[in-house]
Amino acid sequence: MKIIVCIKQVPARDSQLRVAPSGAWIQEADLSYEINEPDAYALEEGLQLKEKHGGEVVVLCAGPERAAQTIREALAKGADRAIHIEEEMGAFDALGAARLLAGALAPEKPDLVLTGLQSDDLGYGQTGVILAELMGLPHGTIIMQVEKQNGSIRVKRELEDGWFQHVEMPLPALLTIQSGINKLRYATLMGIKKAKGKEIRRVAAADLGVAPGAACIQLSRVYAPSRSKQTQLFEGPPKEAAAKLVEKLKFEARVI
Amino acid sequence: MSILVVMEQRAIQGPSAWNRMSWETLAAGQQLARELGQPVSAAVLGQGIEGLAAELADKKLEHVYAVEHDVLKNYTPDTYTAGLRQLVEHAHASIAIFPHTYQVRDFLPKLATALGRVAVSDVVAHRIEDGKLVLVRQFFQGKLNVDVRFAGDPPYFASLQAGAYRADKIEAGSAAVEKFKPQLTASRIKPLETFREAARAVDLTAAEIIVSVGRGIKEADNIPIVQKLADVLGAELAASRPICDSGWLPMERQVGSSGQTVAPKMYLAVGISGAIQHLVGMKGSKTIVAINKDANAPIFEVADYGIVGDLFQVVPALVEEIKKAKG
Repeated sequence: MKIIVCIKQVPARDSQLRVAPSGAWIQEADLSYEINEPDAYALEEGLQLKEKHGGEVVVLCAGPERAAQTIREALAKGADRAIHIEEEMGAFDALGAARLLAGALAPEKPDLVLTGLQSDDLGYGQTGVILAELMGLPHGTIIMQVEKQNGSIRVKRELEDGWFQHVEMPLPALLTIQSGINKLRYATLMGIKKAKGKEIRRVAAADLGVAPGAACIQLSRVYAPSRSKQTQLFEGPPKEAAAKLVEKLKFEARVI
Repeated sequence: MSILVVMEQRAIQGPSAWNRMSWETLAAGQQLARELGQPVSAAVLGQGIEGLAAELADKKLEHVYAVEHDVLKNYTPDTYTAGLRQLVEHAHASIAIFPHTYQVRDFLPKLATALGRVAVSDVVAHRIEDGKLVLVRQFFQGKLNVDVRFAGDPPYFASLQAGAYRADKIEAGSAAVEKFKPQLTASRIKPLETFREAARAVDLTAAEIIVSVGRGIKEADNIPIVQKLADVLGAELAASRPICDSGWLPMERQVGSSGQTVAPKMYLAVGISGAIQHLVGMKGSKTIVAINKDANAPIFEVADYGIVGDLFQVVPALVEEIKKAKG
């Protein structure tokens, strides 16, 4: 089975985010980056499916030069090769990004395309489904289990309130993977060594014949959200702060 | 030009019932209609949904569309996309809005793409500027907001976050129910049975006090630190999704959109940043206390009381102070 896993590089989870002076995006200069967490689960699922059924795992990533680090880490975990669409993605909306991915994916003729269910930075939760529509593939979202059958797959979709549903669809197909579907592996020293010899094919948007185009949505301003409640914050050494908090909980909120 | 509210019904082991987030979307649709001076209609898709459509007939709406077809009996993204695409054209909808449910997340991007558009997902608020609609959504799991405008020609698509609009603001009125039968073929995707993993042994919704733990706890071996806090308060221990994903606490203790929705007297969030998916499950709590090392964590946006600090120092101190206070 040929599996393509789409991964995205996002600012590290604990990043202190500051809005850029332009107000259009965040200051990127001092950020560190990592793989989008749901994509890490998608990669792991791809690797486990390959271990069970054989085949190939190809990692596909659209992003600037710095994304190469995240791609190498995916190769070190066991992906066989990678395609890096080397572009600054700011000018592409979700549809534009999916067009780029589709342009690189189509000639590969994958049996299964996996993505994380959403990105931790923009959080649209749309790229996978848009990609499926562009490629004419059946899809399933928020997937917690994948079983390969003869020419089809049976997946477990997460619904709300603790409900799940089994869904069957023919291959090729696209799935967006939910965090927690599997247990993530670490790259081994051997994996890191091997990754150095693996192919990373670099392409640009122009090579794929995709231009940003007219965006359907415009982002006009990024800003810190206002608080819906006035939070009483307690400061000082932990013991002091804890004492102040307990006093409020006892005499003001009356919950202790 | 008109606004179309797409309501969600689903039948999970029983008759079809509304997803209650739909009512919030209906209220938002009526509000947009007033502000933009456009009529608003509502639609429900499925099979055997006359009863549900009739429930919309006493709301202030121009049309109620009952989109009926045998293949819509069980949801698939293929059939819902095809059906809604035809309805959006039939109704001349300029803006179609949806509740941001798991089902909507499954088909809305496909619908928008089929029409060459991009949906604005998970909207938390809106305003009108110079007669134009500005939608507010969140970036970085709620750490930042962004203003979004539609560009190009309608139809436009948006989904609304749970709790962003109030269902009790719905205006009564009357509307005729119109049956709409789209041309559909069976989907490639076969929905099978719905199920729950196991009977829930833990009913967090009954707890008066909940101590909930997030990524800040760093590793499974540290869970006893918050367990002690729960014990001294007589609270149930709960967690955000990543903790349950990692198997540090069972899934049945998860609070949030994929877990339980709770509204206890006190909710103590320890090392939880407060991603949207978590907040929707607990923001109705009466008193919310947050302990987090990041002063900018979104959890502080909903917290009544907070301590910015290292939970490994703050929580043991808190346990001691609570013991003292309880005498």
